[in-house]
Amino acid sequence: MAALAYRMPMPGPTWTRSDALPAMQARHATGPGEASLSAAMRAAQDGDAAAYRRVLRACVPVIAGVACGQGVRGAAVDDVVQEALLTIHRARATYDPARPFLPWLRAIAQRRAVDALRRQSRRPQEVHDPASLDGQEDAGPAPGQALEEGQEARLREARLARAVASLPAGQRQAVEHLALHERSLAEASALTGRSKGALKVNLHRALKSLRAALAPDREGRDV
Amino acid sequence: MSEPDRHDRLVEDLAGSLAPVRRLRPPGRRAVLWCGAALALGLLLLPFADLSGLRLRLAVPDLQAAAIGAALTAAAAAFAAFQTSVPGRARAWALLPLPPLALWLGASGLGCLRAWLAPSSGVADAEEMRGCFAFLVSVSLPLSVLLVLMLRRACPLRPTLTAALAGLAAAAAAAALLVPLHPHDATATDLLAHGVAVLLVIGLNGLFGGRLLGGRAEGA
Repeated sequence: MAALAYRMPMPGPTWTRSDALPAMQARHATGPGEASLSAAMRAAQDGDAAAYRRVLRACVPVIAGVACGQGVRGAAVDDVVQEALLTIHRARATYDPARPFLPWLRAIAQRRAVDALRRQSRRPQEVHDPASLDGQEDAGPAPGQALEEGQEARLREARLARAVASLPAGQRQAVEHLALHERSLAEASALTGRSKGALKVNLHRALKSLRAALAPDREGRDV
Repeated sequence: MSEPDRHDRLVEDLAGSLAPVRRLRPPGRRAVLWCGAALALGLLLLPFADLSGLRLRLAVPDLQAAAIGAALTAAAAAFAAFQTSVPGRARAWALLPLPPLALWLGASGLGCLRAWLAPSSGVADAEEMRGCFAFLVSVSLPLSVLLVLMLRRACPLRPTLTAALAGLAAAAAAAALLVPLHPHDATATDLLAHGVAVLLVIGLNGLFGGRLLGGRAEGA
């Protein structure tokens, strides 16, 4: 079957209900789409990487639709998509091809969406969280001050990006997976093929190097 | 990196690291395997059983109902634990052990009442109750470990619920295995000792088993 048959459009970085509408309509799909997904997942269980790629791509809008339906908004939807894709990978042996695929997928997506909402409710509202900015009137800093702060933040980001890029490959991987993408050790280990111990050591070394590189006394030299 | 690219990259990573997997057996078959292991443990304990006393006790309706209730609770809770460990299965499966649990608790309560009305029945002393408690906890432990290990092969999305059901299954199986070794009738204090042991096993499973299973589901 053509790979394009599974390729559904992926909306942009900020998900809204209308982006996720096709996926929500897929909630009630029981026709050939369901059967094809089920067959592709069965092939993926047998090790067919191309079929697995198609299934995972088709899952993205469905997961996003479920997350939006549960009340997850903005960038958090993409986090739910990432978490759910990783859960699908770990749970793929539990899928029974004799049963429909979408209820299995939706159960995973719903759970990850609920986890994201719980995390969000536990976390204090942060100023860079778009939801918190939408929800309140902000008198805002003076235009000059905002510009200065924005430039400073961009400079800090650029310095950090340069420092991360200069790390050895193993350390860079550890920082990207564990610190930047906030993946667990097991997830990072599954994705990189490195042991949990090696990832911990690499992260420790990377943080030491980054601390040294970004120390205030080096600021003048680095920038 | 834009978000669709991030998803595309993860999809590529996951597809790139794909290895064939053996499909998990249906929950019912896995529950039967665990029940078989519990029965095998019972057979190992058979040489220590008081079989003539067991025949007499099982002739008493409430003791018989309590024993059947405990065994059914163990089987139903194990089946429910395996069901809830698979994504997409109804959460209502968690209610399955409730009817046999009601039979087990109800019949045990009736036994207490009978012991109170007919005090000539053989009742347990403090030493025997300590023995029952130790038996329930120590037999529940290997059964819990085995069940949690089997459940870890799946992906429980509600790990604490699944682990608590596993605790109930293990504790109920231990109580059923105790029946042939139990040299006395039920009393309120005996029931209390059983209740505390069962709650302890469920609580420990919910706490530690939940973390273990949660780690499996979330990859921690």
